[in-house]
Amino acid sequence: MNALAAPAAPLAARSSAPAPALHVHQVSVRFGDALVLDGVGFDLDAGRFLAIVGPNGAGKSTLVKVVLGLITPQRGHAAVFGRDAGDAPERIGYVPQLKTFDRTFPASAVELVVSGIRRSWPVRVGRAEREQAVAALADVGAARLADRPLARLSGGELQRAFLARALVREPDLVLLDEPATGVDFLAEHDLYDLLERYQARRGATIAMVTHDLAAARFHASRVLVLNRRLHGFGLPEDVLCDACLQEAFGHVGHRHAVAF
Amino acid sequence: MDGLREILGYGFMQRALVAGLLVALMSGLLGTFVVQRRLSFLGDGLAHAAFGGMGIGALAVVTFGLLEGGVGWLRHPLVVALPFALLTALGIAYVRDRTDLSSDTAIGVFFAVAVSLGVLAFSRIPPDVNLGFNVMDLLFGSILAVRATELGAIAAAAVAVTATLGLVWGRLAYATFDDELARTDGVRSRRLEYLLFVLAAVVVAVSAVVVGIVLMAAYLVIPAAAARLWSRSLAGTTLRAVAIGTVTTFAGVVGSFFLDAPTGSAIILSQALVFVAAALTRRR
Repeated sequence: MNALAAPAAPLAARSSAPAPALHVHQVSVRFGDALVLDGVGFDLDAGRFLAIVGPNGAGKSTLVKVVLGLITPQRGHAAVFGRDAGDAPERIGYVPQLKTFDRTFPASAVELVVSGIRRSWPVRVGRAEREQAVAALADVGAARLADRPLARLSGGELQRAFLARALVREPDLVLLDEPATGVDFLAEHDLYDLLERYQARRGATIAMVTHDLAAARFHASRVLVLNRRLHGFGLPEDVLCDACLQEAFGHVGHRHAVAF
Repeated sequence: MDGLREILGYGFMQRALVAGLLVALMSGLLGTFVVQRRLSFLGDGLAHAAFGGMGIGALAVVTFGLLEGGVGWLRHPLVVALPFALLTALGIAYVRDRTDLSSDTAIGVFFAVAVSLGVLAFSRIPPDVNLGFNVMDLLFGSILAVRATELGAIAAAAVAVTATLGLVWGRLAYATFDDELARTDGVRSRRLEYLLFVLAAVVVAVSAVVVGIVLMAAYLVIPAAAARLWSRSLAGTTLRAVAIGTVTTFAGVVGSFFLDAPTGSAIILSQALVFVAAALTRRR
């Protein structure tokens, strides 16, 4: 709870220090009558691996959308590397929840990855772009999927294609919204391995929404516990304590999963 | 072949073919997005909005005495049909954007209101008034009777629609694939959706004068749907939709001449044949 008490300092006060990868300041979001985020604030230094955890409906995806600039909060603001949310898309690689994606869209994995390079949908894919896209797919172990229609990819394969799309533009911040949902244990293991290798190579920052407290404990260097309000932000061993989880989740049902 | 050469020599046949091919071009470019966004009912809704506009326009012409010595182009049904279809398109887009109602519900509401207005307006016109067109032509098209002014309107619309879609294609396709992902990359998807609806209104209104209210929606949907079954990319779908629309229009116009069949029906039935072939031989 110690991290909770310190409000995020204004950007100007830290002008000599490099801007944090993520600066979220007193963000409140309301959908109709429902207060989804209530005064959430934290700073995440560059190079960290952040896991955002919390129960269903805690506002985790909403927080990601605020950071992406998709939702403008009623109060507070968010910045990415010192630039307002939504103003630095080229520095962010975003892996959305797979369940939102239209599988009837006629496209190949290569086209999906090229959309990440161009930030637009390709009419046709040039040779150089194709090579770059296939290399990005190869990096996530999916080179063989290059020309496969998206409709014929399994959940795990689709997740790799979306990850290649996010990483192909060498982002400084990788944002993932429940990337492990619907994929098996092995695919999940590969995912964290890929993310950690990318982070080591690029010194990138990773922020991931997850339901999996064990994954948060083992892979993240910072954990944010969210349930409408911020219930904890700090090192996994400090934040994933019984008291914090009790407060955020209302129970410690996941205890067996997070025991060291 | 001589028969074909002979009928292609007729001025009305040339105008019909050019008009039909331009409608096929616009419909193929736009229809791919309409079908992929599950807006197939939109073509029907906007065509019926155009019908409502035609009725109101005709009533205005009669009421304000424009039939006698009025400016010629003011009497054309398109003059009111186009703005009416545009307003309807914006209304549907607004309801879709600002409420939880699905697009087919929004379209259904506007569709019914537009048809009611059209029927009401035509019922107020005395039967002995010569409007210069008949209601049956509006419903089922009169492509063989297409006039130079209508051809001009279609050509202008084809240039505008093709150029606009050429400019926004990559962004519109991106937003069609995944709205949220496109917006994270700075694509203004909401504006693009309004633009798509406006373009659909233009295409439907100017084309409905030629191919008819009832058959217009088929132009927007069937070639794109058949093309989708044969394609693995959105750009490929678009090219094939234009090709299918073009070939079936040619076949329909020429075939109807030899078979002495209604041209609109012949075109749509040709499209349907291609759709059946596509469904049977689709790429998996």
